[in-house]
Amino acid sequence: MLGIRVRVERRAVTPTWLLAAASALSVASALLAISALFWWYGVDPLLAYRRIFAGAFGSTYGLLETLVKSIPLMLCGVGLTIAFRALVWNIGAEGQLLMGAVAATAIALFVPGIPKPLVLPLMFLSGFLAGAAWGVIPGVLKAKFRADEVVTTLMMNYIASELVNYLVYGPWKGPEEWGFPYSSKFPKYAWIPTIPGTRIHYVTLALAVASAAAAYLLLMRTTIGYEIRVTGGNPDAARYAGMNYFRTVVLVMLLSGGLAGLAGVGEVAGIHHRLRYPSGISPGYGYTAIIVAWLGRLNPLAVILTSILFGGLLVGGDAIQVALGLPIAVVNVFNGAILLFVMGGDILTRYRIRVEWRRGR
Amino acid sequence: MGGRLFGRSPKTRLVSGRPRKGEVVVEMRGITKRFPGVLANDHVDFEVRAGEVHALLGENGAGKTTLMNVLYGIYQPDEGEIYVRGRKVKIRSPRDAIKLGIGMVHQHFMLVSPHTVAENIALGLSTAKFFLPLREVERKISELSKKYGLRVDPKARIWQLSTGEQQRVEILKALYRGANILILDEPTSVLTPGEIKELFATLRRMAEEGRAIVFITHKLDEVMAVSDRVTVLRKGRVVATLETSKTNKRELARLMVGREVLFQLEKSPARIGGVVLEVRNLQALNDKGLLALKGVSFKVHEGEIFGIAGVAGNGQRELIEVITGLRRAVKGKVVLLGEDVTNRTPRELIDRGVCHIPEERIRTGLVPDMSVAENLILKSYRRPPFSRGPLLNYSEIRRYAEKLVSEYDVMTPSVDTPAKLLSGGNIQRLILARETSGKPRLIVAAHPTYGLDVGATEYIRRLLLKFRDGGAAILLVSEDLEEVLSLSDRIAVMFEGEFMGVVDADDVDVEEIGLMMAGVRRMEVVENVGDKG
Repeated sequence: MLGIRVRVERRAVTPTWLLAAASALSVASALLAISALFWWYGVDPLLAYRRIFAGAFGSTYGLLETLVKSIPLMLCGVGLTIAFRALVWNIGAEGQLLMGAVAATAIALFVPGIPKPLVLPLMFLSGFLAGAAWGVIPGVLKAKFRADEVVTTLMMNYIASELVNYLVYGPWKGPEEWGFPYSSKFPKYAWIPTIPGTRIHYVTLALAVASAAAAYLLLMRTTIGYEIRVTGGNPDAARYAGMNYFRTVVLVMLLSGGLAGLAGVGEVAGIHHRLRYPSGISPGYGYTAIIVAWLGRLNPLAVILTSILFGGLLVGGDAIQVALGLPIAVVNVFNGAILLFVMGGDILTRYRIRVEWRRGR
Repeated sequence: MGGRLFGRSPKTRLVSGRPRKGEVVVEMRGITKRFPGVLANDHVDFEVRAGEVHALLGENGAGKTTLMNVLYGIYQPDEGEIYVRGRKVKIRSPRDAIKLGIGMVHQHFMLVSPHTVAENIALGLSTAKFFLPLREVERKISELSKKYGLRVDPKARIWQLSTGEQQRVEILKALYRGANILILDEPTSVLTPGEIKELFATLRRMAEEGRAIVFITHKLDEVMAVSDRVTVLRKGRVVATLETSKTNKRELARLMVGREVLFQLEKSPARIGGVVLEVRNLQALNDKGLLALKGVSFKVHEGEIFGIAGVAGNGQRELIEVITGLRRAVKGKVVLLGEDVTNRTPRELIDRGVCHIPEERIRTGLVPDMSVAENLILKSYRRPPFSRGPLLNYSEIRRYAEKLVSEYDVMTPSVDTPAKLLSGGNIQRLILARETSGKPRLIVAAHPTYGLDVGATEYIRRLLLKFRDGGAAILLVSEDLEEVLSLSDRIAVMFEGEFMGVVDADDVDVEEIGLMMAGVRRMEVVENVGDKG
């Protein structure tokens, strides 16, 4: 008589192809799961997905918009890969992005006397520094006082968000804006140039792609990147090897926050040309970037692709909102489901299922 | 026909009455147990008789603990049958095992530390009532402990007890539940020589009473000292079952390892040079913030191995961490080659030639997911040729790794293999290669052969002696008394954060060291030999 034995066992190594396959399968499973939600709203899931895909990738306009949205996701996502590689869970890209936007606005509107050609570079620089500072604060708290960075970075998001609210409803409210919570419009020389006929502010896009390449080189080819990876791989071993934990944590938060800050500069100077209320600047790019980084398996180069994918999802989400009358929350559930499935899929790749046929006695 | 796979097991009912001496109480036939990638037990036959102490001997990973976990119901065997007192049984859980009169004392105790001894023993008793009649339990415990010489206060709380006493609680727990078959997993690893003696006396007494004792160990002296019979396991298979009186250490060692083993390392006389490390009245706190290192002073010279013996948890870890910069000293001084390096960072000490073979080699000495090559440059990545400025040079790193891997005989598919895939012995070789490949001035080695098989152990001990002869100063901390005795030139014994005494390896009295390990201070402390040099 034959017996079948099915066993689940741990894998020693997970092959790369499996990781890629797991990512794809996770996304597919998430789509399947979300279908239930569409049913519930009385929308045919297939139709909804077709609309999302068509909206994001099916037309020139859609494709361009997808690229526009991928810019902040890419910058934030690349930053997060650096932090996550060191086991520093920066959930604060959203706030760091907003601080970059605030700093850029300050330079554009409230610092007189800067030669015009220098305004944009200074906006980028100050945006980077502001985002970096917003990241360094929880970094120092973690490295010095063991304050949980998940909590502190999240809290810093609220502070940044309320600061933006205060500014656009208060001192920075533009007198010519009919009472809307907007700052005045930036002067033209403080606008990031776009590819004619599109909203793609290519300077920021170039910065984002360059930052992905730079982050990859930093992580894989430099001593600092080696320290980051050792710290993430085994913090005790990093200490034992004489690495400076404080310096590493602060550095990854600085880079991570700085890149998110650049994303904020891109949004206000490339798209809106003014500071707006927080959700007007970012519909949660900083949070979506967590999924972008994770789906890219913390590889900065892969983040280029995953950020475009999620940019598409945002655009497609807008499309079904308009076309099918679904609430924006559906898109958020969507993102959450993908993260959940990707993380779950990650765990599954560490095991294998073995089926054995054996002769019974 | 195949029904066994799904059929119900016979009822695990207690066979009444104390077994007669000599009766086969447990028989395991053809036990096979597989784990992912490992055949832990390969058709093992094993039997235990009432009235005997049966040693289960084998190297780490030979499958001793697995076999006993199968008997105790923690694992289900993939194949094979178990008979208890002649009746075929299926043991699905420790609860079943206890019902059958089987008790097990694990290497790591399973006690609730804020509770009392009596409460721990009453915990999980099938007869326990909602309101425990603790006084009754306490009375019975006192009775048992008197009978078997297992001294322990039933009202004491577990955290107040020493490791030796906690072990006694575990044994009492098993006896209280009526264990006629008692399994002890490496029970001596946490005991002082004095406590080991007492434990052996207890085991003998229980055997004489007709209980069956299974004693898991990898130490030959213990097999000879306490057992009636011995079963040797190697790589999951039974190699032999012998009567202890008809065998000897040499034969057992050969059976266990599969080849002849040299017991004595050849050690040339030490050529002692200048002082490398001097520690003066050093004090440090442990992780709980309590004073764990209470003023230790010593010197280690070039060409000398200074061994520190003692039961773990007596301040050795804190001492090593202070010397390697991982822990702050609250008082005292560490002087390295004439320079005060107290409370310097690990990096400053690494740069001054301090090598550290850490106690928990995977937890602190390795980045498991990174490659062998990347692990080999963990301390030298900032130096040329591995990096120039901020850039790493991977071709140099790999070339260097390949050289070290062949020099130190690290068995790995390639230098790009993740380090976590290596076996324990090869991980230790990797760490040794990294730590000693420069010109080490001071090697701090903590339990360097703990958990390794005989082959790897021999290799590592020889290597330490080689560096000693090459003029390095070596500070060796080990719980393994045999290791400390065979390698060291001078030996200090540590107890509760202090040295009980320092002795020359030439005139060592093991009895005396045992007493010091238990906290007896040596009356006249031998002065540092090296002061002459």
